[in-house]
Amino acid sequence: MKYMLLIYLDEKALSESERQDCYVESTKLAHDIAANGQYLAANPLHSVSMATSVRVREGKRLVTDGPFAETREQLGGYFLIEANNLDQAIEIAGRVPMARKGTVEVRPVIDIPQLPAG
Amino acid sequence: MSTETCPLPLADKAREVVSALYHSDSRRVFATLVRLLGDFDIAEEALHEAFAAALEQWPRDGIPANPRAWLISAGRFKAIDAIRRGARMEALPEDYEERYAAEGGDPARAETEELEDDRLRLIFTCCHPALSVEAQVALTLREVCGLATEEIARAFLAPPATLAQRIVRAKAKIRNAGIPYQVPARSEFAERLDAVLRVIYLVFNEGYSASSGATLTRGDLCAEAIRLGRLLAELQPEPEALGLLALMLLHESRRAARTSPYGDIILLDQQDRTLWNRALIAEGSALAQRALVSDRVGTYTLQAAIAAVHANAPNPEATNWNEIVALYDVLLRAEPSPIVELNRAVALAMRDGPAAGLAVIDAIFQRGELTDYRLAYAARADLCRRLGRTEEARAAYLRALELTEQEPERRFLERRLQELVG
Repeated sequence: MKYMLLIYLDEKALSESERQDCYVESTKLAHDIAANGQYLAANPLHSVSMATSVRVREGKRLVTDGPFAETREQLGGYFLIEANNLDQAIEIAGRVPMARKGTVEVRPVIDIPQLPAG
Repeated sequence: MSTETCPLPLADKAREVVSALYHSDSRRVFATLVRLLGDFDIAEEALHEAFAAALEQWPRDGIPANPRAWLISAGRFKAIDAIRRGARMEALPEDYEERYAAEGGDPARAETEELEDDRLRLIFTCCHPALSVEAQVALTLREVCGLATEEIARAFLAPPATLAQRIVRAKAKIRNAGIPYQVPARSEFAERLDAVLRVIYLVFNEGYSASSGATLTRGDLCAEAIRLGRLLAELQPEPEALGLLALMLLHESRRAARTSPYGDIILLDQQDRTLWNRALIAEGSALAQRALVSDRVGTYTLQAAIAAVHANAPNPEATNWNEIVALYDVLLRAEPSPIVELNRAVALAMRDGPAAGLAVIDAIFQRGELTDYRLAYAARADLCRRLGRTEEARAAYLRALELTEQEPERRFLERRLQELVG
């Protein structure tokens, strides 16, 4: 099964050097799980101040700045992984460095046919 | 004709055996079918088909040598058959071909250990932390205990539709989120066992001290919780599993003495101890002792040990309050909580007098804790009453009354209030 690990945290929680450490640790995790064939993709995201929201209503495209919802924790990155079951996915989520500061939400991915090969 | 190969009394016997097996073993067969078929709903359907087949064939052909293995095989073949007919394609696990091929031969011939593990797998899956606690409770009662949705709804005073939806959603999450059907790995085992124990104790408490409603206890839930506790203690005799079972048995031993024939509360020191169930006390005390000497003494075991001291005192005056206070001290270190502190304060009041207990309760209130907890005010009221501080006792009883939602408790507090006036 595929799982998306969505990493939420308060953007102000990290200093610049902590952020760099997080990238290093996350890269190592990506390599570790890749060795078990469990890695599909991962990326950190720029802060929500860089976000643009797009909606189409009644055929009209509306573009606004900022995230969809104001919350204390923002989506800051993700891992897309392959795991046999939820317990395996939870185990990997527990190794995501930001799990120690923020929240990692584990979401099973729906496979729909006819998507282009990744 | 069937009666020629199997005379009528034997046919009747076969039907009795099927019915008895349904009561004793259907959830066990179900647990194995979930593993073999990979889906709760398919397994439930297969289970019923297997028993229907037994009811049809055993009176005619005789009772098989290993009835449980027969039922498992029959259930599995019925499910595969339904799948081949295309009746259930939509709900099929992705890996069903491997799953069915890999099992090969007769799945029911697997080691007994494996079959026992299936029941543990079922318990741990139903109590998976990815499910809400309410869902864990409902699913455990439905799938492990085999209670009907309506029975669970009645026990929890919830609309059957709500309970049914809770169970359907939980099963959908098990399927879609890939909650595995397995006993957790060593590294997670202790934490996952705690979740199972919590669910069992929640069921027990809901039965023992219903948080709302007209009657104080709902015995069926206590019986189910004890049954679950026994099953877990048998499958996984971890100290805390034994401790929880001991605690439930010791509480249960006092059931007959806890309420008057009119449903009024009778406190521990007022109870008629001849009504206490000696067999349950003996069993619970022995289990508590066994858990207490292990190297991993947990909070259920400590609570059971406290309950055992009460249960083994021939009368209230003979209670060893010293030992009870000491056990509360250990419990408080293991699980610092204002509720444990409150209980310790009550024991302390018995050992050192009401003023000592009152000081501890007031210190808890001063920290801003338990200020909405009815039993804290009831305890304060009782200690004030014993100290002759009538006005303070009255105020505390009134506050407890405001906070209680339970009818027998309300009557108890009102009685106490009237006694103050009189």
